[in-house]
Amino acid sequence: MPTLRDIRQKIAAVKKTQQITKAMNMVSAAKLRGSQIRMEQFRPYAGAFKQMLASIASRVEPEAHPFFNRAETVEKVELVLMTSDRGLCGSFNMNLINAAEKFIKQKKAEGIEVVLTTVGRKGRDYFRRRKADIREFYVDVWNKFDFSNAQVVARDAVSPFTNGEVQEVYLIYSNFVNMVVQRPVLVPLLPIIPEAAIEGAVTQEYLTEPPADEFLGYLLPRYINVVVYQGFLENSTSEHAARMTAMDNASSNCKEMITSLTMVMNKARQAAITKELMDIIGGAEALKG
Amino acid sequence: MADKSLLLEVVTPDRQVVSTEVDIVVLPGVQGQFGVLVNHIPFLSALEIGEMYYRKGGQIDYIFVGGGFAEVTGEKVTVLVDSAERGKEIDIERAKRARERAEKRLAAGRTAELDWARAEAALRRSIARMKAASH
Repeated sequence: MPTLRDIRQKIAAVKKTQQITKAMNMVSAAKLRGSQIRMEQFRPYAGAFKQMLASIASRVEPEAHPFFNRAETVEKVELVLMTSDRGLCGSFNMNLINAAEKFIKQKKAEGIEVVLTTVGRKGRDYFRRRKADIREFYVDVWNKFDFSNAQVVARDAVSPFTNGEVQEVYLIYSNFVNMVVQRPVLVPLLPIIPEAAIEGAVTQEYLTEPPADEFLGYLLPRYINVVVYQGFLENSTSEHAARMTAMDNASSNCKEMITSLTMVMNKARQAAITKELMDIIGGAEALKG
Repeated sequence: MADKSLLLEVVTPDRQVVSTEVDIVVLPGVQGQFGVLVNHIPFLSALEIGEMYYRKGGQIDYIFVGGGFAEVTGEKVTVLVDSAERGKEIDIERAKRARERAEKRLAAGRTAELDWARAEAALRRSIARMKAASH
């Protein structure tokens, strides 16, 4: 039976935890809003790139650019995995890591080697502990990032493809569906499949300068940057949403705990008072006797 | 021409820099500078690092652009670039420092191909920034 003092201390501790989780919840809410605005602003930019790619891709030969090259035999692929730098965001990172594990297992079954690039501390730590093949990692990026971060990640992800070290490049990040749902998605980054780009897009006939084949040389590297940056934005927004939900749950759990502990405390206090009364009465009776 | 005007939008991944009606816009294409008036044929062009400008009434505004694309239709010009700054927003001191850094790196001689390309791009950006800011 815990003493009254123990219970009081425990309640105080839970209250302090609740203060922290509440504060983190509010911080995440503010960051989420900022992140969402950035995502909104980027959407037209990304949309314009996709449309440009679609209208150019429909007019060139599939061999027009090395980024279109589909290897006949795939021996090694690269996976760019985005996770967060920090925890306390529920199952956010675990979902991403599971998606990556599943992908790696599947590729291994096909006899294909997978080399990793991780963006975010959690992914790196996990796969480093398991001695996976990490080619490149980026940590402490999520707190403050802009387009140039995506450019760096994209450049380093593209180089093993261009020098023939890997035959395909994939990207896993968390897609922000809504406040409660964030789903890991696997996006093939390279090679670019022109048919997939054209599908469903509204194409417009353009005059281009330089001619379409050459134009691709300018467009495709930037297109990769755009896809990676979109991943950055989605992933960061998802992280904040996940943390907000997790901290909201933690706060309400704290509240529940405080309620039940208070109940226990009151009972213990009652018991103590009763016991004291019994003692006093018992004493008085004894004196009378 | 008076009945229709040309809408110019300059966007970077992080923000929209300009959205306005203009009379003419002049852009730094990779095959040379070109101007766009209203009712232009649909046109796509890759853009160099450089400066663009547009005229509206008697007013001419200059913008530094960091490379990208321009999408032109009859009534709209969309400029999609990595970075863009209006002439008056540019930090000249910073551009000067960037220029010195890049020049030093280039003077140090040809090192890795990639570093060379990056230093060269940095130099071109800083020069274009200073030029756009000088008007």
